[in-house]
Amino acid sequence: MDTSQIISILSVAIATSTPLVFATLGETITERAGVINLSAEGTILLSAMVGFAVAKTTEGLGTVPSLLLGFGAAALTGAAIALIVAFGALTLMQSQVSIGFVLTLLGADLSSFLGNPFVRIPGPTVPSFKVPVLQDIPVFGPLLFQSDLLVYISFLLILLTWLFFYCTRPGLMLRAIGEQPAAAFVRGTNVVFMRYFYTLLGGALVGIAGAAFSLDFKAGWSHRHTAGYGWIALAIVIFGGWNPLRVALSCYLFGILQSLASVAQSTIPNVPTQVITVAPFVMMILFLVLTSSEWLEKLLKLLPPRIGWAIAQSIHSKPPAALGRVFQQD
Amino acid sequence: MISKISISRFNVYQVGSLVIALAFIAGVILMVGGSPLAVVTSMGAGAFGTTDQFARVVATLAPLLLCASGLLFTFTAGLYNLGIEGQIVLGGIAAMIPIRLFQEILPAPLVIAMAITAGALGGMLWGLLAGILKVYGRIDEIFAGVGLNFMADGLALYLIFGPWKKPGVASMSGTEQFSEAIWLPTFGKTEASPVALVIALSLLLLTFIVLRGTYFGLKLKAVGHSLRASYILGIPALSQLLSAFALCGAFAGIAGSLQVLAVFHRLIPSISSNLGYLALLIAMLSGSQAWLLLPIAFFFSALNIGSLQLPLSLDLESSLSGVIQGTLVLFALLGRGFSELNKSDLNKTVNH
Repeated sequence: MDTSQIISILSVAIATSTPLVFATLGETITERAGVINLSAEGTILLSAMVGFAVAKTTEGLGTVPSLLLGFGAAALTGAAIALIVAFGALTLMQSQVSIGFVLTLLGADLSSFLGNPFVRIPGPTVPSFKVPVLQDIPVFGPLLFQSDLLVYISFLLILLTWLFFYCTRPGLMLRAIGEQPAAAFVRGTNVVFMRYFYTLLGGALVGIAGAAFSLDFKAGWSHRHTAGYGWIALAIVIFGGWNPLRVALSCYLFGILQSLASVAQSTIPNVPTQVITVAPFVMMILFLVLTSSEWLEKLLKLLPPRIGWAIAQSIHSKPPAALGRVFQQD
Repeated sequence: MISKISISRFNVYQVGSLVIALAFIAGVILMVGGSPLAVVTSMGAGAFGTTDQFARVVATLAPLLLCASGLLFTFTAGLYNLGIEGQIVLGGIAAMIPIRLFQEILPAPLVIAMAITAGALGGMLWGLLAGILKVYGRIDEIFAGVGLNFMADGLALYLIFGPWKKPGVASMSGTEQFSEAIWLPTFGKTEASPVALVIALSLLLLTFIVLRGTYFGLKLKAVGHSLRASYILGIPALSQLLSAFALCGAFAGIAGSLQVLAVFHRLIPSISSNLGYLALLIAMLSGSQAWLLLPIAFFFSALNIGSLQLPLSLDLESSLSGVIQGTLVLFALLGRGFSELNKSDLNKTVNH
């Protein structure tokens, strides 16, 4: 395998991780505000269907307007589902997990029921667009700048989310309502309102992830087309330690695992395809188990203290302190 | 007097949420150009029209009841056992082991008993794994469970396409059917097995008794209510959590073994057919009341079987059953929230 082959595998891995980047960043924002939106699996399925259906039916308007409408509809779908989670959890103070889980199943079944006319038909897709000048940079050009606009937007989104979290005042408040809602409330923040806002914003991004599948990387829609990706997105948020940069890198890691799986398929033919398709999901969960358990910490203690500490720092992650907890303002 | 008021208020919200849920479902059916009335008739006929169809409702009822009963233990302990799907799959896989080894050597009833026991052990193992990850690995049981579901699917696929593959060509249709002597006896030529039903009903009864009237049930409740408080009271919380996982896994494993023995007569890739997730909905809707499981599970099972008719009779997707089940549970949860909200408002005004 030569360099250009490796670069092409990596570039495919990075590009195909794009929907997951949108979904995980959305979920990161929601969870950083202290709310778990467990419905990602159902949200992605339903918004993938809605995005494709809207883009397909408005195809006559031209590719760009129909795509914009499709992505808009998908974002609205995601936000609408998030609104139910927020209302049930923040206003009615019911279990976030229960409501999210029911919406996971409901979203999946609704997508199958309503999307039947749109199964496996050609529709508009995001056109490829190579960035002038940047695409000619050796290695980085073919790796990052020879795909399409959606991919570049996802790069921007990673950067912007990170900057927002750690370099702006509203970002600080966002982290505060997830860590110390009482303190944020005392400082004059309307905790419940802000949690609503970030849950909806995060939900809209998860919805865009759905459209990114159906209007770009899977180019079309079919029953249970994106099955598994919502769960993997939720796991990646934990694996990435609720930090936008690490979360995005974890998405790419998953993309690389998937690319390797498809390479493995041609090189080791006696392992059945069906097993190889689930392998990246299993490995990602195993990574999660390894990094978040105490067992790894015990192992690291055996290393020289300085190296062990450095590794522990880079993989250690703690959930937002008030994640999933009810906050009563009065 | 006050309790009477709160009960009637509770009912108002429950009935209100049911009406809204039904309106939502009707809206969804109208959206695809269907007629809600025709759907009701078609699903009714699909579930109860013939003896065969009714038998399939009963056949689906058994695994649903088993899983929902098991889930009551984990819910009572405050756990969301999303790994139940994988626990069913492991039950199915484990049941295949004694069948493959002994089907031609030992008498059929013995092989069947061994298969069900193996299924229970397999499911228990998978449930305990999720529990160990939760208790000792600090992994949320939701993600440990979903991860183990992926692994169980992978394992089933590996066996079907690898070591256990059909002579000739391996396929998604599963392993080769085993000898008819090992099939669980059914009512006539239908899919419903009296053995499966009896096992499910007796374990439901056992669940009811254990949660209502034993010290173990009480301890589980304490742990579910407050992990910290029960620790202070000296209840060994960790072992309670692990036993809840083990019990639920065993129940799900039995369900998996019954799917193999009574329904499919082989291992197929999706042996759980989402029944575990559906059982989670049933347990949620019951509000952890064991006596409510039977009617809800029966109704949900009828919806599942009734909807299979829809593509043929009305050209609608059979996933409508899932839409109906999900909508009912969602609005019931929201309705419960509303009634609790207003109850606490009522208390506040009384207090002031």
